[in-house]
Amino acid sequence: MIDLVLAFDLILMTTLISLAWLLLASRDLFRAVVLFIAFGLLLALAWTRLGAVDVALAEAAIGAGITGTLLLVGLGKLGSAERCRRTPRPTTFLQRLTPAVLIGIIIPSVTIILLLELRQLQIVSSGQQGLVLSLLDISGTDHPVTAVLLNFRAWDTLLEKGVLLLALVSIWSLDQARPLFHQEAPSPVLKGLSQLYLPILVIVSGALLWQGGYAPGGAFQAGALLSAGILLAILGGRSLLPAWYGMPLRLLAGCGLLIFILIAAATLLAGNLPLQYPQELAGALILLIEIVATVSIAVILAAAVAGGHPAEISATEQQQPPSSEGTS
Amino acid sequence: MTAPILYAGCGIILFSIGLHALLVRRHLLRKILAANIMGSGVFMLFIAAGARGEGTAADPVPQVMVLTGIVVSLCFTAVAIALAVRIHNLTDCTTLAVDEESSID
Repeated sequence: MIDLVLAFDLILMTTLISLAWLLLASRDLFRAVVLFIAFGLLLALAWTRLGAVDVALAEAAIGAGITGTLLLVGLGKLGSAERCRRTPRPTTFLQRLTPAVLIGIIIPSVTIILLLELRQLQIVSSGQQGLVLSLLDISGTDHPVTAVLLNFRAWDTLLEKGVLLLALVSIWSLDQARPLFHQEAPSPVLKGLSQLYLPILVIVSGALLWQGGYAPGGAFQAGALLSAGILLAILGGRSLLPAWYGMPLRLLAGCGLLIFILIAAATLLAGNLPLQYPQELAGALILLIEIVATVSIAVILAAAVAGGHPAEISATEQQQPPSSEGTS
Repeated sequence: MTAPILYAGCGIILFSIGLHALLVRRHLLRKILAANIMGSGVFMLFIAAGARGEGTAADPVPQVMVLTGIVVSLCFTAVAIALAVRIHNLTDCTTLAVDEESSID
């Protein structure tokens, strides 16, 4: 029995390593991106084998799903060919040799040293699961991962919302969003499918969000699903009203960070450390943060896929908008 | 007990494969893919280190850090692709133009 499990693990690891190698060596970038999505899904399987079900959900939704979408959209704009303005001059023998030696010697030796260091992992064995479980009663949630995420290490999560917002600001400052899809009218199949899937995605993401209180799930996974719903709605030909481009879109994107900062300020004013919730309110505050964060994550991810700031209102008549109607 | 160690080794190999591709491949999107694979390798090492305990439940703290890491690496991917598209729009290149001017003369 144990041998079977070990065999499964070994097959999974071999597949992951060979997929990684194949996708990075593949000539065709479309194939590489598709292999990357498969890699992400298999990685989710590896996370469940390691007992990290929350990470598996996030990997499947964010790592494979949204990253895959971003890569496909990027590939559509860039193209698979390697183009450079200047054709590289034929290099001398030494110039060609140096990177090969660097890569051929340094990377394998670092890998081997690290693999040898794995013995250290075998010796040291201490975790914080005991500490987390003993404090679970005062955290306001029944799931250890949610407790750490939104209570014990809530600062990390606050800063991560900041990173998300910063990424969106960077993308918006680079370019204006172009229409993603050039079809005049989406096919009826796609339209019907998006109508069918949209309510299901909203319900499932709500369920994932609520489930975060006692089982694997939570704001990231729910937000990623919701943004998948928004993208599906864009594919189905829906669009955001131009009146929403300005303040409402920015508020929706920023509200995740905003609610975190407001709660941190409130706890500070109440005489506690920032984000040190009063015990009887902890559950409600965590739920509030998660609901707002889900909406904000969904909007940020969908806007990131659009790849630029929304068009100015005066110039939007002919343009397909970057984000769909708020589905939440 | 041995499975987490094996997964940690797998993470190290994934990291090295990614690092190799990041240095060797020229297309920008391929470099972004390579950086993502490197990140996955680091996450795997981290999760494996947290799964070594004797009990059934894995350590939640590394899981939370990896969750945050997945979102941050998604942000990295989104910004990197936007930058690559911008480079492509401005210069019509899909690689970094390094060959002549920045080489040692």
